[in-house]
Amino acid sequence: MQIVPADCWIDPGRAVDCALVTHGHADHARGGHGETIATPETLAIMALRYRTGIENGEGEMPSKATPVQYGGTISLAGGVKASFFPAGHVLGSAQILLEHAGERVVITGDYKRRHDPTCATFEVIPCDVFITEATFGLPVFVHPPIEQEMAKLLGVLSANPDQCVAVGAYALGKAQRVIAELRAAGHHQPIYLHGAIEKMCRLYEEHGVDLGELRLVADANKDDMRGHIVVATPAALNDRWSRRLPDPITAMASGWMRVRGRARQRGVELPLIISDHADWNELTNTILEVNPSETWITHGREEALLRWCELGQRKARALAMVGREEEAE
Amino acid sequence: MEEFAALLNALVYTTSRNRKLALIAAYLRETPDPDRGWALAALTGSVDFPAVKANTFRNLLKERVDPVLWTLSRDFVGDTAETASLLWPEGSTSSENSPSIAEVVETLSSLTRASAPTELPKLLDRLDENGRFALIKFATGGMRIGVSARLAKTAFAQSFDVSVEEVEEYWHALEPPYAELFAWAADGGDPPDVTNRPMFRPFMLAHPLEDEEVDLSDYAAEWKWDGIRVQLVRVNGQTRLYSRSGDDISATFPELLDVLPIDAVVDGELMVRGSVQGGEIGGAASFNALQQRLGRKKVSKKMLAELPAFVRLYDVLLLEGEDLRELGWEQRRAALEAVMPRLPNSHFDLSQIVAARDFSHLAEIRGGAREDAIEGLMLKRRDAPYIAGRKVGLWYKWKRDPLLVDCVLMYAQRGSGRRSSFYSDYTFGCWDGDPDAGAELLPVGKAYSGFTDAELKKLDKLVRQTTLNRFGPVREVERTLVFEVAFDSVHSSKRHKSGLAMRFPRIHRIRWDKPVHEADRLDNLRSLIRD
Repeated sequence: MQIVPADCWIDPGRAVDCALVTHGHADHARGGHGETIATPETLAIMALRYRTGIENGEGEMPSKATPVQYGGTISLAGGVKASFFPAGHVLGSAQILLEHAGERVVITGDYKRRHDPTCATFEVIPCDVFITEATFGLPVFVHPPIEQEMAKLLGVLSANPDQCVAVGAYALGKAQRVIAELRAAGHHQPIYLHGAIEKMCRLYEEHGVDLGELRLVADANKDDMRGHIVVATPAALNDRWSRRLPDPITAMASGWMRVRGRARQRGVELPLIISDHADWNELTNTILEVNPSETWITHGREEALLRWCELGQRKARALAMVGREEEAE
Repeated sequence: MEEFAALLNALVYTTSRNRKLALIAAYLRETPDPDRGWALAALTGSVDFPAVKANTFRNLLKERVDPVLWTLSRDFVGDTAETASLLWPEGSTSSENSPSIAEVVETLSSLTRASAPTELPKLLDRLDENGRFALIKFATGGMRIGVSARLAKTAFAQSFDVSVEEVEEYWHALEPPYAELFAWAADGGDPPDVTNRPMFRPFMLAHPLEDEEVDLSDYAAEWKWDGIRVQLVRVNGQTRLYSRSGDDISATFPELLDVLPIDAVVDGELMVRGSVQGGEIGGAASFNALQQRLGRKKVSKKMLAELPAFVRLYDVLLLEGEDLRELGWEQRRAALEAVMPRLPNSHFDLSQIVAARDFSHLAEIRGGAREDAIEGLMLKRRDAPYIAGRKVGLWYKWKRDPLLVDCVLMYAQRGSGRRSSFYSDYTFGCWDGDPDAGAELLPVGKAYSGFTDAELKKLDKLVRQTTLNRFGPVREVERTLVFEVAFDSVHSSKRHKSGLAMRFPRIHRIRWDKPVHEADRLDNLRSLIRD
C-alpha cells in the first residue's frame, strides 16, 4: 500500500526506500528497506527474523530503523503525519493513522479486539477512511472465548497422560499467547518448544511477558515429554520433526479450526479455535464503533464484509492486495 | 443429542480405525435405549425422514441470514449442515433444554413439508453449534464423517462382545432403533426372531493358500470368478440381493429379483454377460464391464440390455425351508446341482468343478488360467459345513500368480494416520516408447503397500532428497528408482493418460539396483489388457 504524497509504503511486499510496518509477520514485514518505521517491538522482531540491510553494491549496509511508540507520531514527506496505535494482534502490532490535508485514514493492519496477555489492546481511533483487514470476514467465523479452548486442551492433556499434545501455532504471537493463556489457566508444567518458537519466546520475555518454564524439544528425552504440551510450528508438526515426539495428539491453534473440513485436511485431532484476528462480530462491531465515512476492506474475504456494509448502507470498497497468502494468519 | 453430537465431533477428528471403534463402542455402552439405537441407525445410514431434506435447512437459513452471506459462507465451508449449524442465530441454549434423540426422532417423523419450517427452528434453538450440526446430519442422512456401516456394526459387536457375523445376520431383518438387537447383545436377552424375513447370512470366506498343498481327495477345486460375491435370498416370495459386506444391493440389479422360482438362499458370483471373455467355460465379461453396473441406485433400460447380470452359483445355504448349512460341502453341492434345472439359465449357471488327477495337475491347470474372468482357484473341504467367516483349513483361495511389471517412481504423497509424516503413497509410470530415444514416462498406477517400515524410511528419505516439484501434499521426484509392481490384472481406462488401469497394484520389490531406462514400456503392459 503506497502513501503517494509521502512517497512511503505500508507493509510493502518488496524492498522499498521507506516502509511503515504494522507488525512482524512475514506477509507484512520483510527486510531490505532503506528506512523501516515501526514500533520498537516490531523492529526488534524484524531484527531477529530478517536481514535488515540493503545491498548497495559495496556489501551490506545497515538500513535505518525508526521506532515510534504507541501514541507517537512521525512526520513524513509531503505534509503527511503517521501515528501508531495498538492493534492487539501480536507484540508490537500497530494500527497506523495517517493525517493529510485535514483527512484521517486508519490502516488497521491485522487486529483483534479480545484481551491478549502478550500485547497491548486495540484502541478505537476515529477517522474518515477506515482500512480494515478481513481475514475472518465471513459470518461463520465466531471465535469462542479462549478459556473454553484452554479447558479443552488441558482436558485432553490430562486424559492422555502417556501421550503428548503437540500444539501447532505460528512462531510469532500465537505460540506465546497460547503459552501465556495456559499459565493463566493454572498450567505450570514445563512446556516443550520447537527451536523456531523458542527464539521468539525469549524476545517476548525480554519485553516483559512471563511465559513460565520453557524447554527445547531438541534437548529433551522422548519419554520426558509424555503428559506434557509441546508447541511447534504447524509445518513441523506435519513433517518428520514430529517423529521425535511421544505419540503426539495433534492440536492446532487457529481461527480456521472453526470449520471441521479445514481441521481434517490438516490431520488435526484436536482443533483449538484461537485466532489473533478479529472474528466476524469484531470486524462488524469495530466498523460500527469507528463509524468512518468510508470503509476499505483488504486481506481476506472482502466480499462478505462488503456485502455487510452494503446491507447497512455504508460506503465501502474492496482493495485487492497482491501476493497475499489466502490462509496466512 | 449432546452425547451424540460429541461422538460425531470426536469421529470427525479421528483418523485411526481402532480409535473410531472405541469411541462408538463406548457411546453404545453408555447411552440408554432408544437413543443409542437411533445413533447406530444414523451411523449406518438407516434413517430417513421424508419431510426433511438439506434444502429444508437451506431455506430456513435464507430466511434468517442474508442470501449472499449464506452463499459465500456455504462455498467456503463446503458442507451445508455445518454452514447452517454455524450460522444459526445463537439463542439462549442450556444443556438441560437439549432434546434426546428419541424426542428428535418423534418430532422429525411427525413433520410434513408444510410443518417442517415452523417445527425445525424450535429444535435448532435448543441446541449449541455441535448439537445443531448433529441434528442436521441426523435429519438429512449421509453423515460423511468417515464411518462406514460395517465399521459401526463392528463397533456394536465389540461393545457387547458378540460376533459381527451374528449382528450382520440379524441386521437386515430389524428396524431402527433395534430394540431386539440391544436386548440380545447388551442385556443378554433372546436373539431376535428373524424367521420369515429375507435376511442376509454372513458369507463363508477363504484363507489364501500359502505354500501348502492339499489332498484332492479331501478338497474339491472350483474356479474363482472375477465378479462380485453375492447372496440371493428369497423368503415367502420376497427377494433380496446382498453384497459381500451385507449391503442390500437389490435396487442395483433389478433383473435378479423375480427370477428365483423357489424360496432359497444361494451364494454365487455376480457377473455380466459378455462375449469377449469366457470362451467355452461361459459367457462372462470382465470385472471392468461389471464395474459400470456397480453403485447405481437406478438402472437404465439400456444398461440392463447391454450389460445383463447373472449369478454363477457356488453354494446353497437354505432351500425351501430347510437349512443346509450344517451339511458338508458335497451334500450341499449335490442339492445345488439337483435344483439347477429348476432355475432359469438366463440368470443362473453353475460354477463348474475343476477336475484334476492330483495337486500338481491342478497347479498345471491353474498355471494355464491366465485367460478368462478367472482370478484363480478355490479349494473347498468336501466335508465342511457352511460356517460364517474365515475358519482355518476349510476353504482356501489359490489366486493365480500376480502379474509383474517394472515401473519408475514419479510422484509421492504423504500418507495418513501414523504415516502422515512419511511419503508413503507412490505413483509410478512406464515408458511410452524407447527411453533412449526420448520417450516419456506416463503414470500407470499408485501403490502404498508391499514394503517394510525400514524400506518406507528409506523411500521417504529418497523422496525428500530427489524432490523436483511440490504440489500441496504431493512431490514430484527425479526419475531414479524402479519398483517391481505386482497386480492382478490391467484394463483399459479413459480416465488415465496412459489409457490403462491396474487392479490391486502393490510394490513387489524395490529395485534399488535397476537403471530406470530398463523399466517396462507401456506396450508390454497394454499387451496384458483383458477387457
